Amino acid sequence: MSAPKVTLIDYELGNLLSVRRGLEHCGADVTITSDVEQIRKSERVVLPGVGTFANGMECLIRLDIDDAVHELDQRKTPLLGICLGMQLLFSESQEFGLTKGLGLIAGSVVPISALSVDNDPLKVPFIGWSSLHPSENRVEWNETILRENSIGAEMYFVHSFMASPKNQDNRIADYFYGGNRISAVVSSENVIGCQFHPEKSGMNGLNVLKQFLLL
Amino acid sequence: MDCVASLYGRNHLSEIVSAAVKDIFVPITVGGGIRSVDDATQVLRSGADKVAVNTAAIAEPKLITDIARRFGSQCMVLSVEAKQINVDEWEAYTDNGRERTGLNVVDWVKRAVGLGAGEILLTSVDREGTRKGLDIRLLKAVTSEVQVPVIASGGIGTIGDAVHALKDTEVDAIAFADILHYKRATIGEIRKVVLAEGFDVRNYERA
Repeated sequence: MSAPKVTLIDYELGNLLSVRRGLEHCGADVTITSDVEQIRKSERVVLPGVGTFANGMECLIRLDIDDAVHELDQRKTPLLGICLGMQLLFSESQEFGLTKGLGLIAGSVVPISALSVDNDPLKVPFIGWSSLHPSENRVEWNETILRENSIGAEMYFVHSFMASPKNQDNRIADYFYGGNRISAVVSSENVIGCQFHPEKSGMNGLNVLKQFLLL
Repeated sequence: MDCVASLYGRNHLSEIVSAAVKDIFVPITVGGGIRSVDDATQVLRSGADKVAVNTAAIAEPKLITDIARRFGSQCMVLSVEAKQINVDEWEAYTDNGRERTGLNVVDWVKRAVGLGAGEILLTSVDREGTRKGLDIRLLKAVTSEVQVPVIASGGIGTIGDAVHALKDTEVDAIAFADILHYKRATIGEIRKVVLAEGFDVRNYERA
């Protein structure tokens, strides 16, 4: 079997090398590109991301990648957004003013609460390892990208904003910060988003990338 | 961390970073010689997750905002070299504890967080390399004033020193260096002790 092909979108923001190494470690044939024609021909796409939402969208629009991503979505091409890449999948974000996103999943990106459920102050950004739990509408995640990970698997997160899907069915897994649920994995058909960094989450994260390559 | 990059006007760590991240799938912060958004861009593209800035941030505080705006504040680690100058008073140093800045550490950290620093790597210049334990009063002074994660560094002699700081201060993480390099402890041993004391450490399975 030939190596699964993945296009890693280069929109000038992001930890490209780490994601590439993670995917290659899982056996992928990775192409890093910002070329729209190449992106259009992708079998699978990863949208990475470190940065701010507005800047990310601006780069996607300037490079015409937003249209290419919509085209891929219409063809039901598997698309994985990581961290900011996940947030960009949503309709809009409140980071540094309201910015429109790619709109592949309905919902908005909002600040992480700086207060715990007991009203204690919480540090934001949240930086660290957290355990994943199935979202409220489900008891397991066997049919999802998390299927190789057990409930409670820890992943590495670094973020100040979080996605809030409008449709609860789009929520796969959450983690708890100060008792508050934070969306960790979302999906809508071919579109998947991970708030954590699978390429920085040790074996647990590599399991997620491997599952994506099977789609 | 290339501590003396600014001192020698040395440049990018990109090559070292690229090599280091090859088979490493955990977060990496890169510091030393980051003087501009372009420098930060380059190390992040090489595989780093965060950049740590000290000297350049003091010379040009706007750099903190520029990096935070471009990559998010979670990416902008302020590295602080704190040297005690009085009871409960510390001055920020640059160039690996060589140059004075006249800045009060607590004031500087508060200002930097306001400018967009998302995390603080706080090193005690007085304790660094001494193995006499972390500067607990310094950690208390800084963590009580800011709501971003603080990583304590400088002075770890034993695992007990780390436990002491975790118990007595609000630090979020502790940086271990020579205790590991000189094999006075292993990561597994540190993890076991800290867990037994009731603190959160990553629960990882061995690959």
